[in-house]
Amino acid sequence: MPTSVTAVNPFTKGRPRAEAGALRASAGSETASSGDGPERRLRRLLTVSAVVAGALCLGGCSFYPTYWANKGATAQGNQIFRLYSGMMTTGIIVGGLVFLLIIYTVIRYRRRSDEMPRQFHENVPIEFIYTVLPVVIVAVLFFFTVLTENNVDATVPVDATLTSTGQPVVQIRVTAFQWGWRFDYPNLDVGVAGETTNGPGGHGPQMVVPVGEQVQITLVSDDVIHGFYVHDFNFSRYALPGVTNVFDLDVLRQGTYDGQCTQFCGLYHAEMLFSVRAVSPAAFGAWAQQEVRAGDTLRQSGSGAANNAPSYTTPYPRNP
Amino acid sequence: MTTTVERPGIAGPEGNGAHADGQHAHHEGPTGILNWLTSTDHKVIGKSYMITSLILFFIAGIMALVMRTDLADPNGSLLSFQTYNELFTMHGSLMMYLFAGPFAFGGLANFIVPLQVGAPDMAFPRLNALSYWLYLSGSILMMSGFLVAGGAASFGWVSYAPLSNATNSPGAGADLWLMALALTGFSAIFTGVNLITTIFYLRAPGMTMFRVPIFSWNMLVTGILILIAFPVLFGAVVMLFCDRHFGTHIFTVQGGGVPVLWQNLFWFFGHPEVYILALPYFGMVTDIIPVFSRKPLFGYKGMVFATMSIAALSTGVWAHHMFTTGVVLLPFFSLLSYLIAVPTGIKFFNWIGSMWGGQISFQTPMLFSIGFLFAFLMGGVTGILLASPPVDFMTHDTYFVVAHFHQVLVGTAVFAGFAGFYFWYPKMFGHMLNDTLGKLHFWTLFIAFWITYMPQYVLGLEGMPRRVAAYLPSNGWTTLNVWSTVGAWLMGASFLFFLVNIFVSYRKRIPAGDNPWDGHTLEWFTSSPPPHHNYSHLPPIRSERPTWDYNHPEHRHVHRPSRERHEREREKQAVGAGQ
Repeated sequence: MPTSVTAVNPFTKGRPRAEAGALRASAGSETASSGDGPERRLRRLLTVSAVVAGALCLGGCSFYPTYWANKGATAQGNQIFRLYSGMMTTGIIVGGLVFLLIIYTVIRYRRRSDEMPRQFHENVPIEFIYTVLPVVIVAVLFFFTVLTENNVDATVPVDATLTSTGQPVVQIRVTAFQWGWRFDYPNLDVGVAGETTNGPGGHGPQMVVPVGEQVQITLVSDDVIHGFYVHDFNFSRYALPGVTNVFDLDVLRQGTYDGQCTQFCGLYHAEMLFSVRAVSPAAFGAWAQQEVRAGDTLRQSGSGAANNAPSYTTPYPRNP
Repeated sequence: MTTTVERPGIAGPEGNGAHADGQHAHHEGPTGILNWLTSTDHKVIGKSYMITSLILFFIAGIMALVMRTDLADPNGSLLSFQTYNELFTMHGSLMMYLFAGPFAFGGLANFIVPLQVGAPDMAFPRLNALSYWLYLSGSILMMSGFLVAGGAASFGWVSYAPLSNATNSPGAGADLWLMALALTGFSAIFTGVNLITTIFYLRAPGMTMFRVPIFSWNMLVTGILILIAFPVLFGAVVMLFCDRHFGTHIFTVQGGGVPVLWQNLFWFFGHPEVYILALPYFGMVTDIIPVFSRKPLFGYKGMVFATMSIAALSTGVWAHHMFTTGVVLLPFFSLLSYLIAVPTGIKFFNWIGSMWGGQISFQTPMLFSIGFLFAFLMGGVTGILLASPPVDFMTHDTYFVVAHFHQVLVGTAVFAGFAGFYFWYPKMFGHMLNDTLGKLHFWTLFIAFWITYMPQYVLGLEGMPRRVAAYLPSNGWTTLNVWSTVGAWLMGASFLFFLVNIFVSYRKRIPAGDNPWDGHTLEWFTSSPPPHHNYSHLPPIRSERPTWDYNHPEHRHVHRPSRERHEREREKQAVGAGQ
C-alpha cells in the first residue's frame, strides 16, 4: 500500500515555497484557470504585490514588531502574525493618542479655582470628525483582515491521492477525543497512536509533517468540542463533533512545536497536549516507512479512542 | 427660579430635604426584616439587589483568588482538576449572570432610574419584587451546586454542548446551573420590562426623551437588549435541559442534532449580554464625569445614538465568538464587530469632551470613572484585534482573550460600577462614604488591575490556553502567572478598604444632604434617602440637568448653537419677508 514512500523527497510537488508572502497568492492563482487579459493582469498585480509585501517583510522586519507574539512557523501563521503586528501598531498609536488625551485633559483641567467653567456641550465639526475617523480606521483594518483571512482560510483542493504533479499531498486526519489526539495519514496508511500526556514533562502524541509542502489537515472530534492549537503556527481551530474542518498548513521551518487543546473539554483539558515535528521531506518519507513497518496503521473504523476504557494516569503529582 | 411643580396626590410644598426625617410619613408599612421581605418599593428592592449581588461578587472574587493561587504553581497543586473546573465555571457564572448584570439593572438602575425620570416607583412594583426573589432563588440554586454529589457545574459559563450534556456532565450541579439560569433569566426579563415601561410612561412633566439622563437612556436600551437576548438564552437552556433529561437530541450529533446550534443560540444571547453588562456602566460614568467637571455632558445626543447603535450592532456580532469553529467564516461578523468601535469611540471622545475645559475634582466617584476610561481603553483596543478572525485564530481561547474580557468587564462592572456606587451611595443611604478610604480603594485596585491583567496578555501571546488547571514548568509561563496572582491578591485586598469604608462610614455617619456633589440630574433634588414615592415636588425640567438649572439659575442658559442658528435664520427670513 505505501508504495510511493521512498527515501528521497517523495512528496515535493515541485512548487517552490521559499517566499512566505508570495505563497498563498501563488497558490490561489494556480487554482484559477489561465484566464483572459483582465484576469491575468489582476493575477500579475496580486503576485507582484505579494512579492513586494514579502520583500518588505524580508527586507525590513522592523515593519512588523513582534509584540510578544511569534512570527509563525507556517506560511499562514506568518501572515496572521503580520496582520496582528500591523493591528497592534495601529492600536498602540490610536490607543496611545487617546490615552495621552485623557491624561492631558485630566491634568490640564483639574480644579484650580471655584470659577464656573464655560457650559458648552457640543461641537458638531469635532463630533463629526471623531465619528468619521474611526470608520476610516476600521475600514482599513477590515480590508487587511479580509485579505489575510481569505489567504489563511484558502485550502488548495487536493485530489484524493495525487496532485497535478503526480505526487500525493500530505493529508492528515486529526481526531480529537477526551483526552488526546490521533493523527492519521490516509495517503500513507499510517496512523499515529493518540495517547494523552505521557508522564511528567510529556508532550503527548506527535504529528510529523514535511517542511515546505502543502499539508492539509482534516479536523474532527470523537466526543466534545476540542481546540487544535499550535502556538508557533499562530493558529487554532475547533474540532467539532459532526463537523469536518479542513485547513492547510504550510510549515516553513523545521523544528518541534508544542500544541495543546485550547477549548475546554472536560476534566483533563489541561493535559491534552501534543506536538508537531516538522522535518525535511526526505526525513518525512523515512519516518512514514518506519511507521508502516512498525505497524502503526490507520485506525479501524468504530474503534474510536473515546470508546476505549480510559487508561489515563495524570502526569502531575496528585489525583483529580 | 424657585417655582416648583407639585406632584398631584402628594401633599406638601415643603422645601427640599424636609422629608429626610419624615420620609415614611405617608408610608404605613412594616419595618425591618418584614419590610425587606414584603416591600415593593424600588428603593428597597434596589438595595436588596445591590447587597445580594455584591455578596456574590465577593464570593466569585474569592474563587478567582483561589484559582490564581493555584496557577502561581505550574503543577497547580492547590486544587484538583475537578475543583478548578468547577471554580472557573462558577466564577464566570456568578460574575456574568449574578453580579455584573443584576448589580447594574437590578441594583443601581432599580434605585436610580425612577428617581432620574421623576417617577414615584417602577411601573410594576410587584413584578419588580418578583424579579428580585427570582434572582435570589436562582442565585441560591446555582451556588447549591457545590453541595450536591458530583459538585457544581464544570463546563464553563458558556456551557458548550455536547460537553454539557448528560453523558459528559452527569451531575445535578449542571441541572441546578441550568435552572438557575432560567430563574435569573426571567428575573432579568421582568426588570427589563419594568425599566422600559418606567422610562417610557412614568417620566415627570417636562422630562422629554431628550432630557432623560444618559444613565436612564442606557437602561432603556439595556432593557430592550434584555428582551432581545434573555428569551433566547431561556430557550436554549430549556432545549439543553430536554437533551439532558427527556431524550431529545437537539445538541447531540448521535441523534441528528447540531452542537454548534448551542453556540449560535448562546452567543446570540451572549453578545448582547456583554452590552447588557456594559451599557449601564457607560451610563453611570456618563452621569458622573460632567458632575465632577462642573459642565454639561458633551454631545448628549451623540451619546444616545452611540448607545443605540452599540445595541443594534451587538445583536449582529454573535459569531465573532465562533470564528475558530470554522463554520462561520463570514467577514460580515468581523465587519459588524469592528463597527462597534465607532460608537464606542464616540463615547470616549464625548467623555473627554465633557472634561475638556472643566474644573475636574478628583473625588472617589470621579477617580473610579477615570480608572474606567483607562481600563476600558485597553480592553477596547485589544477587542478590536479580536474582531479580526485571523488574529482570533491566533489568540482564541488563550489568556489574551482572558485578559481582554477581564479588562473590559472589570473596567465596566468594577471601576464604573463602584464609581456609580460611591456616587449614589449618599443618595441611597443618606450618609457619605469616607473619601480617603475610597481613594485608597481606587489606587490599590487601579495598580493591581494592571499587575493582574497585563501579564495575561503576554501569557496568551506565549500560548497559554485559558481554563487550564496546570501547565508544564518548561512552558516558561510561571513568572508571569506569579505576577498575575500577586496582582489578583492586591485587587482582593483593595476591597478591604471598601468594606472598612462601609463600616466606618456607617458607624460615624456624616449626613449627605440632598445634593452632596452638586449633581445635575433629578435624583439630587429629593432628599437622601428619598421619601416614599420619591418626590413631593419637582423642579421645572427644561434641560437634561434640571437640578443644576434649579441650583445655578445664572448658568442655566446652555449653549445651543443649533437653536440659535435656527432662530437667527428665522429672524433673517422675517426681515427678508418684511422687505
